[in-house]
Amino acid sequence: MSRKDRMSGNQAIAVAIRQINPDVIAAFPITPSTEIPQYVSAFKADGLIDTEFIAVESEHSAMSACIGASAAGVRAMTATSSAGMALMYELLYVAASDRLPIVMAAVNRALTGPININADHSDSMGAKDSGWIQIYSENAQEAYDNMLMAHRIAEHPDVLLPVMICQDGFITSHAIENIVIEDDESARAFTGEYNPAKHLLNPKESLGVGPYSVSAFYMEMKRSQFEAMNNARKVIRDVSEDFAKRMGRSYGMFEAYRMEDAETAVLLMGSSAGTGKDAVDALREKGVKAGLVKLRVFRPFPAEELATVFRGVKALGIMDKCDGFSGNGGPLGAEVRAALYGKSDGIKTCNYIFGLGGRDIKVEDFRVIFGELKDGIDGKPLPDCRYIGVRG
Amino acid sequence: MTKENMMRMINETSSWREITAGGFVYGEGNSEFFNTGDWRVRTPVWDESKCKQCLLCYPVCPDSSIPAKNGKRLDFDFDHCKGCAICARVCPFGAIAVVAAGEEDAQ
Repeated sequence: MSRKDRMSGNQAIAVAIRQINPDVIAAFPITPSTEIPQYVSAFKADGLIDTEFIAVESEHSAMSACIGASAAGVRAMTATSSAGMALMYELLYVAASDRLPIVMAAVNRALTGPININADHSDSMGAKDSGWIQIYSENAQEAYDNMLMAHRIAEHPDVLLPVMICQDGFITSHAIENIVIEDDESARAFTGEYNPAKHLLNPKESLGVGPYSVSAFYMEMKRSQFEAMNNARKVIRDVSEDFAKRMGRSYGMFEAYRMEDAETAVLLMGSSAGTGKDAVDALREKGVKAGLVKLRVFRPFPAEELATVFRGVKALGIMDKCDGFSGNGGPLGAEVRAALYGKSDGIKTCNYIFGLGGRDIKVEDFRVIFGELKDGIDGKPLPDCRYIGVRG
Repeated sequence: MTKENMMRMINETSSWREITAGGFVYGEGNSEFFNTGDWRVRTPVWDESKCKQCLLCYPVCPDSSIPAKNGKRLDFDFDHCKGCAICARVCPFGAIAVVAAGEEDAQ
């Protein structure tokens, strides 16, 4: 039986970890993800889990320990944010190319420069090309549900890739919300046991992990990662469908909100979707055909499905909680426009940079965006990219 | 899987589909299939007539390129010898000469 509760996103992730009872967690504290290993340590001290908790000296070591543990054949997890993830970057690529199904709870926080501890997506967007599957959560419930699905996606033999489950720092990680928690038995049964086909601790078979790949092999290795990432599309869909069947909450590659006849729409990821939906509801009441798409899976990128969902839209605001400093906008802007090109041409777009370093996005901001998009349809030129919610 | 089978299965002509996930290497001791001898710019030449089989050269070879059998060394394994010439330095009897690679026959 599931139960209703109230807790923060970090607590929700910690409960999922307790239910999954992974073999190894290696983590180093960094705001706002610190609570996750803290709760896990308490579970361990209270005898609720038999996880090996490795209190490492840095995030570089945290990911290194996860790689070692995963190669040895066990479930390995970590949690991190911002500069912590940046310190892992070298090893993120190793985890992906070694095809180790490590799961990370990523609590999104701005990267330093200037120093800031609040939410934006610059940390995980920096890791977008590392070969990790990236799944974003709007609230504590989604963070919990995504975490319960993560291992099955990562460990599927057609995939074997590490997965990061992202949620917005403080907004989701620390705000206490209502949530449905599954009973331990159902949660554990859903995640299942992990029995890797090949692992280092198998005394019957010698194995070498992470060999040097000269130029005669490196490209074949990357091609194989490309295949695994593409295979992940079906596996994510299958696991999400099974989750819906067993737990009653259904998830796709993205959530399309009031998109059926939408003329103007916005696309974004994470916690800001709630505010966006409020704005859409208010506009719909006034007869404005507004819609919203909340991207859940950023890696693999659901390009074809996005081109389809936006087909009837006349103007689209692509909202990045991260600037890519290309001078043309953020990573979502670039990828969504590339997805539309040649498949859903003629849609006017503007790439909005918003919510950096924890800056609030308000219903009023969405009203401005939808207003500009409408003006765009009426012939007023839309800028390629602009900051919203910035002074001056 | 035997070493020979594995090397037949995965080599520089293998497609990405044939290479194991993560490049995992199954089986041990397969570095001998990687011939590093062609890196050599100097070649040790063993003069069996001067050799007293003291075996001082055998343990100092960094690449196990001096095979030994029944307490006696054999000629170099030139598939893997990189020509470092440490063996020549330790030989007390001048039984190992070092020549430029390609000029072995001149000896």
